Amino acid sequence: MANRLAARFKGRHDSQQYFLVGVAMSAEQKSGITHEGDFYSEEALHEMHDSMLFIRRFEEKAGQLYGLKKIGGFCHLCNGQEAVCVGLNSAADAKDYMMTSYRDHGHILARGTDPTAVMAELLGRAGGVVKGKGGSMHMFDIEKNFAGGNGIVGEQVPIGLGFGFSSWYKEDGRVTICIMGDGGINQGAVYESFNMAALWKLPIVFLVENNQYAMGTSLDRASAETQLYKRGISFKIPGIKIDGMDVLEFDKRMREAIEHARSGKGPMLVEANTYRYRGHSMSDPATYRTRAEVDEWRSGRDPIARLQNQMIAAGLSTEEAFKQKDKDIKKEVAAIAKAAEAQPEPGASELWTDIYSDPIEGAYPETGKVY
Amino acid sequence: MNKITYREALNQAMAEEMTRDDRVFLMGEEVAEYNGAYKVSQGLLDKFGPKRVIDTPITELGFAGLGVGASMTGLRPVVEFMTWNFAILALDQIVNAAAKMKYMSGGQYSCPMVFRGAGGSAARVGAQHSQSLENWIANVPGLKVVMPSNPADAKGLLKASIRDNDTVIFIENEINYGDVGPVPEGEYIIPLGKADIKRVGTDVTIVAHSRMTGFALEAAKILAEQGIEAEVVDPRTIRPLDEDTIVASVVKTNCAVVVEEGWRFAGIGAEISARIMERAFDDLDAPVIRVTGKDVPMPYAANLELMALPSVADIVEAARVACGRA
Repeated sequence: MANRLAARFKGRHDSQQYFLVGVAMSAEQKSGITHEGDFYSEEALHEMHDSMLFIRRFEEKAGQLYGLKKIGGFCHLCNGQEAVCVGLNSAADAKDYMMTSYRDHGHILARGTDPTAVMAELLGRAGGVVKGKGGSMHMFDIEKNFAGGNGIVGEQVPIGLGFGFSSWYKEDGRVTICIMGDGGINQGAVYESFNMAALWKLPIVFLVENNQYAMGTSLDRASAETQLYKRGISFKIPGIKIDGMDVLEFDKRMREAIEHARSGKGPMLVEANTYRYRGHSMSDPATYRTRAEVDEWRSGRDPIARLQNQMIAAGLSTEEAFKQKDKDIKKEVAAIAKAAEAQPEPGASELWTDIYSDPIEGAYPETGKVY
Repeated sequence: MNKITYREALNQAMAEEMTRDDRVFLMGEEVAEYNGAYKVSQGLLDKFGPKRVIDTPITELGFAGLGVGASMTGLRPVVEFMTWNFAILALDQIVNAAAKMKYMSGGQYSCPMVFRGAGGSAARVGAQHSQSLENWIANVPGLKVVMPSNPADAKGLLKASIRDNDTVIFIENEINYGDVGPVPEGEYIIPLGKADIKRVGTDVTIVAHSRMTGFALEAAKILAEQGIEAEVVDPRTIRPLDEDTIVASVVKTNCAVVVEEGWRFAGIGAEISARIMERAFDDLDAPVIRVTGKDVPMPYAANLELMALPSVADIVEAARVACGRA
C-alpha cells in the first residue's frame, strides 16, 4: 500500500508500456488524450493525475505534521508545482541523474522513492530515506539516481555539472537534470556551471522551477532579466520556457530538452513557469503577495484540476470518480504517515556513522568519547 | 633511492595513480597545456590526454563542485587549486557538499576525491596569496587534511589520498616545491593518519607540519649544538591527527613546542596543545609553547614578511624555554 506510488513509477520506467507517446501506437492505444500530436493512454493519464494528487496530499500531510511539531526544522512544500515533478519524471529515464534544492519532497516522490521512507525522513525516523540524518532538505536515493536534497541555494548546480561531466567521461548515455529555483539562478556558481557545461558540451538539462518568489522576493525584484530561460544565452545554451502548470505540455517539452542533451548537443536551459501555493517554508505567512494573485493561480491554473478537466472532457473519468480517488489517496497518505510515525528514532550509534568511509581507529576525537 | 624534487614526487604520484586507475583524472587551472602553474602536472597531458588532464576556466567554486559531483558517481577526481587562497571561493562545495554528503545522504553517496594545491606562505606575494588555512578545513568532520613536508611524504601521501574513499584536502607548500629529497622507488604509499618522527630526541618535543618541519629540524640542529636533543614530530596528516605518536613523544620528553605557519587564534597549535594537555598533563614539566605566524595579514616588504613568519630562532628559543634551559 505504502509503496504504491513507487511501484507505479517503477513500472513505467522499467518499460514504456504504461506511458505511450508518439506515433508508434496502435489505434486501440490511442484511446487517451491527444496533446500536440502525442497520444497519452488512459492509464498513463491516470498515473500522472494520481501522482500529482498524491504529492499534493503528501505535502498537506507534511504541513499538518509540522503544525503538530512532529516535523521539525525547515520544511519547504511544493504544492502547486506538482506538474513539474511528475512531468519531469515522465520525460526522464530511470538511469538519468537528478538533483535539486531543498524543496525536494515532490521530486523524490515523483522519482519513485518509497513515500513511507520520505515521510519517515521528515519525522526523523530510522527508516527515513537517509536514516533520519537529513530531514526535509536532504532527501537522497542513490538507487533512483536522485542526488539530493541540497540545502545551500544553487549548491546543487556545480554538483550536477559533475554528474554531467561523469556521463561525458564514461560515455554512459545518461542525462543529468539539475533543478534550481528562480532564487538559485542568481547564484554565481550557476554561471560557472553554465560556462563549463557549454564549453565541454555536457549532457545536462538545467531546469529552473520559476515559482515567482525567491523566499519573499518576487522575480522582478531579484532578476534584471526575468525571462529566466534566456539566462544561458551568453554561454550559448539554448533555453525554452514551459508552462509548468500543464503536466502534458511540460512532459512533452522536457522530453525534447532531454533528447537535446542526450544527443551530444550540450546543455539546455528550461524554465518552468509555476507557482507555490504555500509560503517559502512553514514559517512564512507569505504576506508579500496578494490573496488575489494566489487565487488566480490556484483556481485558474491548477495542474491537477487542469488534467482532471481534460480527462473529464475526453470521457476518461468523472468528477465523482476523481472525488473518490482523492479520498483514497488521502487515506493512503494518512496510513503512510501513521506507519512512518510508528517507526523508532535512529539508534544512538547513527550519530557516528557515515562520516568517513574508512575511519582510522583511535585516531579521531570523534570516536564517541566525551573526553 | 632516487633523489627528486617535491614537485616531481607529486607528479609521479599522480602519474602512477592515473595509470593504475582510469577513474582518476586531474582538473584545474593551467594543469594541462601550461603543465601546471608550479609545474606539478608537467607532462601529464601528453601522457594521459585531454580527457583526463583538463584545463578549467578560472572558476574555483564551479570546478570544485564538478569534482564533488563526479566523485559521487564513482570517479576519482584530483582537483588542483593553483593555491589554497583561491579555494576560499570553493569552500561551499568543500565544506557544505563534499564533507557532509556521506552523512546527509545516510551513507548513500560519498565523495572520494582529492583537492590539492599550494598552501602556506609563498615569497613576497602579499596578504591574499600567503596564508595557511588548514585550521579552517581541519575543523570540519568528513574531511581529511594532509600536509607533506618532504618529497618522500609528498609522494606516499598523495598516492594514499587518491586511493582514499573520503575527501582529502592535500595542502602542498609552494616554497617546498623545489626541495630535493630521497624518494623510494616503486609502489610507495604512506597511510593517512600516521605521524612521523623526523628526528629522535629526549629533551623536548617539537611538533611541526609542512614547511615548518624543515624549520624545526634546523632548530633541532642548533639546539643539539647547545646540548639539547629535540625530537621533531611531523603529524603529516592534520586530520585524522595521530595523537598517540605526539603524546608518546611528550611522555618521553616532558615538554613540547608546537610550530605552525598559520595564525595563532584557534590554530592547529591550539588543537595539538589542548590534546597534549588532555592526555599528557601529568607528564608535562612546563606549559606547551606555541610558535605561530604573527596575527597580521602577510605584508609585502621583505623584512616585514620575515617578521610575520615563525623563524628557526623563534623555535630554538621556545624549545629552550619549554625544557627549562632558557
